[in-house]
Amino acid sequence: MENMINLTIDGVQVSAPAGSTVLEAARLANIHIPTLCYLKDVNQIGACRVCVVDVGARALQAACVYPISEGMVVKTNTPEVRSARKTVVELLLSIHDRKCLSCVRNNNCELQDLCRDLGIDDDDRFAGERNHYDVDDASVSIVRDNNKCVLCRRCVAACHTLQNVGVIGPVRRGFNSAIESPWKVQLAQTSCVGCGQCIVACPVGALKEKDSIKAVDALLASGKHVVVQPAPAVRAALGEEFGMPMGTSVTGKMVAALRRLGFAKVFDVDFGADLTILEEGTELVQRLTNGGVLPMITSCSPGWIKYCETYNPDFIPNLSSCKSPHEMLGAVIKSYYAEKAGIDPKDIAVVSVMPCTAKKGEAKRPELSVNGLADVDEVITTRELARMIRRAGIDFANLPDEDFDSVLGESTGAGVIFGATGGVMEAALRFAYEVVTGKELEQVEFHEVRGLKGVKEADIDLNGTKLSVAVAHGTANAQKLLDSVRSGEKTYQFMEVMCCPGGCVTGGGQPIVKSDVRAGVNVSAVRAKALYDEDAGKARRKSQDNEELKVLYKEYLGEPGSHKAHHLLHTTYTARDKYENIK
Amino acid sequence: MPDNKEKFEQLNQVIEELKDQPGALMPILQHAQSIFGCVSLDVQKVIADSLGVTLSEVYGVATFYSQFKLKPSGKYIVSVCLGTACYVKGSQKVLEKLSEELKIPVGDTTDDGLFTLSATRCLGACGLAPVMTVNDEVYGRLTPDQIPAIIAKYRG
Repeated sequence: MENMINLTIDGVQVSAPAGSTVLEAARLANIHIPTLCYLKDVNQIGACRVCVVDVGARALQAACVYPISEGMVVKTNTPEVRSARKTVVELLLSIHDRKCLSCVRNNNCELQDLCRDLGIDDDDRFAGERNHYDVDDASVSIVRDNNKCVLCRRCVAACHTLQNVGVIGPVRRGFNSAIESPWKVQLAQTSCVGCGQCIVACPVGALKEKDSIKAVDALLASGKHVVVQPAPAVRAALGEEFGMPMGTSVTGKMVAALRRLGFAKVFDVDFGADLTILEEGTELVQRLTNGGVLPMITSCSPGWIKYCETYNPDFIPNLSSCKSPHEMLGAVIKSYYAEKAGIDPKDIAVVSVMPCTAKKGEAKRPELSVNGLADVDEVITTRELARMIRRAGIDFANLPDEDFDSVLGESTGAGVIFGATGGVMEAALRFAYEVVTGKELEQVEFHEVRGLKGVKEADIDLNGTKLSVAVAHGTANAQKLLDSVRSGEKTYQFMEVMCCPGGCVTGGGQPIVKSDVRAGVNVSAVRAKALYDEDAGKARRKSQDNEELKVLYKEYLGEPGSHKAHHLLHTTYTARDKYENIK
Repeated sequence: MPDNKEKFEQLNQVIEELKDQPGALMPILQHAQSIFGCVSLDVQKVIADSLGVTLSEVYGVATFYSQFKLKPSGKYIVSVCLGTACYVKGSQKVLEKLSEELKIPVGDTTDDGLFTLSATRCLGACGLAPVMTVNDEVYGRLTPDQIPAIIAKYRG
């Protein structure tokens, strides 16, 4: 039993574990203390003073950092406390660009919530001088608008602490404080990996993805044959944008909505994931048997790829040469499918729906093209898809469930779980086991690589052959893993790395979950469960059992790792200098 | 530049001495500034990489404290007194005129490296208020309209 501390909050007796903050203790007693800069486990710095409470001290204290003690008496709802909080928010409003109606976070903004909950009745109370900032929209993934920044530093903590990237931070001081990249460069000039964890950390509209809806609308109006492909993680979260409970899988409705938006074909990146497993699994087995570079590391996550190229270029030879699933499928759409459908590849456009902002940058990489045609033309995030659905007047919740289109629409459970950390590893093991042992895998679930531990390790027994594997999610965890391999402390044959904490289900392009919800729910676990449940319900759970995929290899690609497969499905990487464009 | 190489060697020595103590960034920046006269981008990169912190963090600290300079000071340091007497006598307007004439904000240096504009506290020449100095030369009883001529002298 933990050491418990007894205190009184608003007259209620509360018992909370030693080391808790007042905010945490209040949550146990279902007493709501408003917050703004607080983001559980990410940013707990007491900077904004919105959560102030009376703890009997001379001054009000920030509940998010103030530790509880035995016998403490806390008041969270006195006139003094309410007035102090109100003043804090009114001061923030005095420097805030309040174009709420056209803001991407309208109705999903923590500052708006505070104004409502604290009873702000004059948003011009402290009207006065304001700084005006240029919007930084040079990055292909992320747009920063400091005119809407509340200086909470949640983005900074996400970038530094979760991702170990740290390309934005507080600069100058006092009235001139701002969150910027060093030396006044734009985000695009830094070694930002484009993951978008800053966006999902932002309480307001200061950070958003670079809009691709206009480009997609233009494609749909162009007369081209526009094909769409949603990623595994999208179906586990899209429903949240339409009021469905977190963890609702909306695969069928998502397909129906995409069809109603006017896409000619709705293919499934899960198919691309199955394809990736056959290529990547084959590459792994070849590296194991031919003395190739080990550990081999997965290459599905473009944020991770950019991170590796920039911060750990010595590990580039370890990266699988496989393109990511949607890039693979894009290349197959513009070759195999084009041939089957009798359409000139130049007249086909591929749109990917991704839980990810880094994918926008990935799609623009010149090496991810075949015969001068980009594998993927445009990438929209899960949030952008929701916006398109709303703008089209589609009643999402009442859509029928529809199926993906043949010939690139079938998927197995292995493809589905790509969206969760450990999913690619598990899918690869389901394939590699059968290739290495020549036997059928009976127990397809590898629970040792599931879950949300920062670095997971397992020794997998391939019928006598031991395979040491590791899984990391969030690039700060990935860095620890790489450091342990580099120093020789650890030895693995195969590693999965996903850029975002929790994997793609909590990617930077996913629906934004407010901080008070994040404090009480493990978003990654709830969304991942939707994928694992879908996997468990599938008749086929191994990529090699995908019937349409078998046809693709038989009719077009030949064997996994064939010359043709390499031409279409594999790529190369480039070492990058993190300071290259900072001048 | 052999001169610069020597300075970086000095910097590396300082970093080596201090890097294991908590809060090493501040004293290292101070030493760097005394070695180089400022903490430029190249200097900040070396500090960031040696300490294992981000450039963003180093830049954040360097811009938080007005004591740190990001570029070398100009040949002429123009300091305007904002002490009580000078301020009452209108030194703020003199400062604003200088900022306009030199096309730089207070604390900055002109691109040609000629002038650095700074605001100071009392210079002890209140009898001459408002006062400014250009390096060691003192100018008193200033009015904004005198500024262009004074600056022109130094432009040569």
